[in-house]
Amino acid sequence: MTKPVVIVGASMGGLRAAESLRRFGYTGAITVIGDENWAPYNRPPLSKEVLAGDVVSHETVAFPQRAATADVGWVLGHRVDKADLAHNSVTTEDGEVFEYSHLIIATGLRPKRQVYPNNIHAGRHIIRTLDDAMGLREALKPGARVVVLGAGFIGCETAATARKLGCEVTIVAPGTVPMLRPLGTELAHELQRRQEAEGVRFLMKRSVADLVGESHITAVTLDDGTELPCDVFIEAIGSLPNTEWLEGNDLDISDGLLCDHNLRGVKVSGGSWNNVWGVGDVVRFPNPVFDDTPRRVEHWNIPSECAKYVGNAIATDSTAAPFRPIPSFWSDQFEVHILAFGLLALADRNKLVEGTIDGDCVFEYYRGDKLVGAAGIGLRSVVQGYRKNFES
Amino acid sequence: MIKINVDMTKCQHYGMCVFEAPNVFKLNTDDKLEYTATAEDSEQGNVEAAIDVCPMQAIFIVD
Ligand SMILES: Cc1cc2nc3c(=O)[nH]c(=O)nc-3n(C[C@H](O)[C@H](O)[C@H](O)COP(=O)(O)OP(=O)(O)OC[C@H]3O[C@@H](n4cnc5c(N)ncnc54)[C@H](O)[C@@H]3O)c2cc1C
Ligand code: SF4
Repeated sequence: MTKPVVIVGASMGGLRAAESLRRFGYTGAITVIGDENWAPYNRPPLSKEVLAGDVVSHETVAFPQRAATADVGWVLGHRVDKADLAHNSVTTEDGEVFEYSHLIIATGLRPKRQVYPNNIHAGRHIIRTLDDAMGLREALKPGARVVVLGAGFIGCETAATARKLGCEVTIVAPGTVPMLRPLGTELAHELQRRQEAEGVRFLMKRSVADLVGESHITAVTLDDGTELPCDVFIEAIGSLPNTEWLEGNDLDISDGLLCDHNLRGVKVSGGSWNNVWGVGDVVRFPNPVFDDTPRRVEHWNIPSECAKYVGNAIATDSTAAPFRPIPSFWSDQFEVHILAFGLLALADRNKLVEGTIDGDCVFEYYRGDKLVGAAGIGLRSVVQGYRKNFES
Repeated sequence: MIKINVDMTKCQHYGMCVFEAPNVFKLNTDDKLEYTATAEDSEQGNVEAAIDVCPMQAIFIVD
């Protein structure tokens, strides 16, 4: 009997990879191994509407399961801690060995953590998993003093949600404006303005130097010495790829899993593995829509796009055209709904093409003469229209 | 025939579904989602693709 396709990581990327294998006609065995106890669920609501609700439960975020993947073997609550690519096997923490015909790596990211001189834990939160969100929801009581470290999308969304729940919210971040890199100066400033209008306070160009409290956080100390009272401290300072379990193999995991144009894992010694594939947030891949530089793209549509490509490649044993997904993302903060296509962070300039900045609006993003993205507040049909600019 | 339901309390009118199943979903002139509640069986694949790309996971096929 041929060995199964083994997928490590049981989140959106892992689920979509299994579905895609079946859709493209692979009929052999599939095993998905994941360290969370939950069946795959959708993460974006965890900083938005689900966190804003009364209860955070698996039911509210679980992905529907399809009949076509009913026979997939799910091994949940088990962390893979070793891989031996030369012998086509992975091993879980408890010592179980899984041999594979193909390995699909979909282990995603985890939040970066800070270490403080007074490194107490009670009152500290991150937000990546359902368990994180359940814990945070409990803490977000009306009147709670919340400090969010980091002004990226997840930090800003979580701040908006906490504010809606009646908390006193301050964002502390080293940059000049929130979400600057992904959005560019104009939209970033405007989002800060709209957040402030809702009562979120921004302390930019600041960092947290230490925590105050004995058994539970009571305040944070900033780098300028100011002490901010704090009941709930949320670290949202970016992520690290989960690739430690792949160490010791001939595989480039210097910044996420480096993949080639066909999403195959790249060897440090040159060339690629022909049965090791990457899917989702963990992958650093080149995208000919833009250029040849491999990048990690932490947008929700990427795991599904990767899964479609890899499932097809394995099921039909063909990798003719290179992988060239059109990145897209959205963000909801208060009544502001942002939708974007492309890689806005590549742009060196942008221009307003519709609407006004204080209302609904659309921006085009350029690197030199080349359009690299479009983003809007509202005006979704217009933004959707830009997708065709990136199609081959 | 397949029956489609969109949870309009979840839908944020992003229009990702429109791309996958344009015969079933569209954004109207106010940028609000409109959809047909039933579709031919031949649309099953497209509607499943729309379900997958919906950021709010708001689309359901009802039996
Ligand atoms: C709070 C939040 C809000 C977001 N909002 C948006 C948004 O508005 N718009 C947008 O475009 N994107 C958003 N994203 C990003 C989007 O959710 C991710 O791109 C997507 O979840 C990535 O899926 P993935 O399957 O690649 O990785 P992940 O979802 O990270 O899944 C990886 C899985 O692998 C498991 N794993 C890791 N290591 C091991 C191991 N050694 N053994 C076994 N299992 C392992 C992990 O526990 C996890 O379950 C958001 C993300 C978060 C966390
Ligand atoms: S993709 Fe989902 S959220 Fe977007 S318009 Fe369609 S149903 Fe609504």
